[in-house]
Amino acid sequence: MTRHTLVALVEDKPGVLNQMASLFRRRGFNIESIAVGHSEVPHLSRMTIVVNGAAAMVEQVRKQLDKLIDVVKVSDITGDDIVARELALIKVKTTSSTRSEIIEIADIFRANIIDVASDSLTIEITGDEDKIDSLFNLLRGFGIREIARTGCIAMTRGGSGPVSTDKRSPKTKEKSPNK
Amino acid sequence: MVCESLVREGVEVIFGFPGGTVLPLFDTLPRYPQLRHILVRHEQGAAHAADGYARATGKVGVCIATSGPGAANLVTGIANAHLDSVPIIAITGQVARPFIGKDAFQELDITGITQPITKQNYLALDVASLPRIFKEAFYLARTGRPGPLLIDIPRDVFIDQAEFHYPNKVDLPGYKLTLQGHPAQIKKAAKLINEAQCPLIIAGRGVNISTAYAELKELAEKAQIPVVTTLLGISCFPESHALSYGMLGMHGMAYANFAVNDADLIIAIGMRFDDRATAKVSAFAPNAKIIHIDIDPAEIGKNVRVDVPIVGDAKAVLQKLNKQVTSAQHIDWVRQLDDWRRKHLSTNIRDTDQLLPQYVIRKIYEVTRGEAIIVTGVGQNQMWAAQHYWYNKPNSLISSGGLGTMGFELPAALGAKIGCPDETVWCIAGDGGFQMTIQELATIVQEKAAVKIAIMNNGYLGMVRQWQELFYRKRYVATPLTGPDFVKIAEAYGLRGLKVKRNEEVVPAIETAMAEPGPFLIDFKIEPEENVYPMVPPGAALSEVIEEPKKEPKVITDSAKLSVSNI
Repeated sequence: MTRHTLVALVEDKPGVLNQMASLFRRRGFNIESIAVGHSEVPHLSRMTIVVNGAAAMVEQVRKQLDKLIDVVKVSDITGDDIVARELALIKVKTTSSTRSEIIEIADIFRANIIDVASDSLTIEITGDEDKIDSLFNLLRGFGIREIARTGCIAMTRGGSGPVSTDKRSPKTKEKSPNK
Repeated sequence: MVCESLVREGVEVIFGFPGGTVLPLFDTLPRYPQLRHILVRHEQGAAHAADGYARATGKVGVCIATSGPGAANLVTGIANAHLDSVPIIAITGQVARPFIGKDAFQELDITGITQPITKQNYLALDVASLPRIFKEAFYLARTGRPGPLLIDIPRDVFIDQAEFHYPNKVDLPGYKLTLQGHPAQIKKAAKLINEAQCPLIIAGRGVNISTAYAELKELAEKAQIPVVTTLLGISCFPESHALSYGMLGMHGMAYANFAVNDADLIIAIGMRFDDRATAKVSAFAPNAKIIHIDIDPAEIGKNVRVDVPIVGDAKAVLQKLNKQVTSAQHIDWVRQLDDWRRKHLSTNIRDTDQLLPQYVIRKIYEVTRGEAIIVTGVGQNQMWAAQHYWYNKPNSLISSGGLGTMGFELPAALGAKIGCPDETVWCIAGDGGFQMTIQELATIVQEKAAVKIAIMNNGYLGMVRQWQELFYRKRYVATPLTGPDFVKIAEAYGLRGLKVKRNEEVVPAIETAMAEPGPFLIDFKIEPEENVYPMVPPGAALSEVIEEPKKEPKVITDSAKLSVSNI
């Protein structure tokens, strides 16, 4: 079992996420994180999926994902030179005596304070998973009210990545005549 | 909109069952006399009939059901088509748009349910999108690896109006077709074939779908390569050909399985290394390099390691490959296979007074001269039909391979007969599976579809009973079953039938059935505890095939087969 990061370019249509998730579900894979957002091309979304599984099984899923009509491209970038980031919002309990210490810790992590209340602070942090985990561990002693994480988003460094749109052939960019 | 799209796609036949949400569609049908609607008696029958129609004709089969239970009843048929790569389009009614998601009467999330068993499915929320959806659906059904699609249309969308504009092209950036095969891979494959001492072709349904019959024959003959097939590959290569060594797998010919075990090169064409074909995967073809030609990249390397993968259409790839393959003989290898065939004649039939199913199948073969389309159920009847009928005509076996759907036989035979009215269509059924879709007898009679039905009636769910006999110490739990008097049932439905209990009645009964202009049913009361042999026990390797225990040594020889070789 190894951790795999897959990136995909998919049609922005209802049901696509369901179809993709279903291919993991039927094998009993638990998706660690999945992050989707618009890509640079209208009607296409880019997705990052992090999943644990045996390499051969993940490759089989990748091929089946690629087979889905609404999936334009999908690639396993696990071994590649990639940048991967995650964003987290952490709401920490504060008292007048702990507030400044928490702000100091956030500063060290180059995290932002985005909301302040009398008894809590909300911190926004971006980074790789380890960085977010470290901050979380440091703050745990103060009492965490809530944490929300986006899950990992990733792309390969330099050049054009395996699922970038600028390598698409002109033919597939054509609009259908009925539109 | 729907009918107009169907006409544009050249649809001639629809198998369906009406209901509330599809009423607007049925109301427009009389305006399209070129669309023949066949009313089935259960929606599962509609899906299987569309499947049988598609397999027999190579065209897209179409079925229609209403929302809720109607759509749900299609599911087995859609799954069946999905596993066997059959192009069908299911049109389902849905509750009107304002009611979707509110658990309205007969509402069902059928696109959600069928998502893993369709190549693609659609919920049409806008009438103007229907032409595009139909264009895409038919394109997807027909191209690449064929498969089922479902189009779910809310009742009020059927009623809405829009200008009909049928697109010429589809825009599917995520749909990648690789048809031609990579030249470097084909070159590598040719090199392996030219160097092999003991090459073996395993041909699957992909050859039938791609109609690569001539190309396969050319490859086999040019380099003298023996050919075995999967269950669904049967009939893609004439079984009376000297280089044909039958079906491999769990109930394959012993010599076919030995050949796989000893081959030094496997050329797998349009097949997916299903577990029923490979038996124990780790022991599959232990001495062989494997070339795998398949249109679906997700099949490459899924079950077995592959040395040379070629993604492409079987016909296109074989045409290129054949040019690079040199003529060869492989005399010793072919002699070895013939030797195995002589010593392990897997198609022997015991000479006995008991009515044996193998004998019945063989006689159907003889009376029809091997020119019928055979549609089988699932279980023992299916294996006997695969083993004891010799398929020389391309695409002449229709069977539920991947899903193994009992009850497939009768509606699929109906679909095949509707699609090929000039062909003789025999439905080979078991008494168990036949009772699952027996109601389609009414459809057959109403449509005057001259399907000939042979029930292998042993009073058991035979294949399961065989497993209980061999692996569960003969504890026959839930396998003995009674059935109705099938001849009386046939008569009640309005077709003629005969009961056959003795060997000498077999041929006259088959001849009577053939002479009957309409449908005909024969209830063959076969030996109740007859088993299917050869058999590779579950979990064993292909080489560990069990052959029929020698009860009575005297056998009918394979003279019938040998005399028609070289066709």
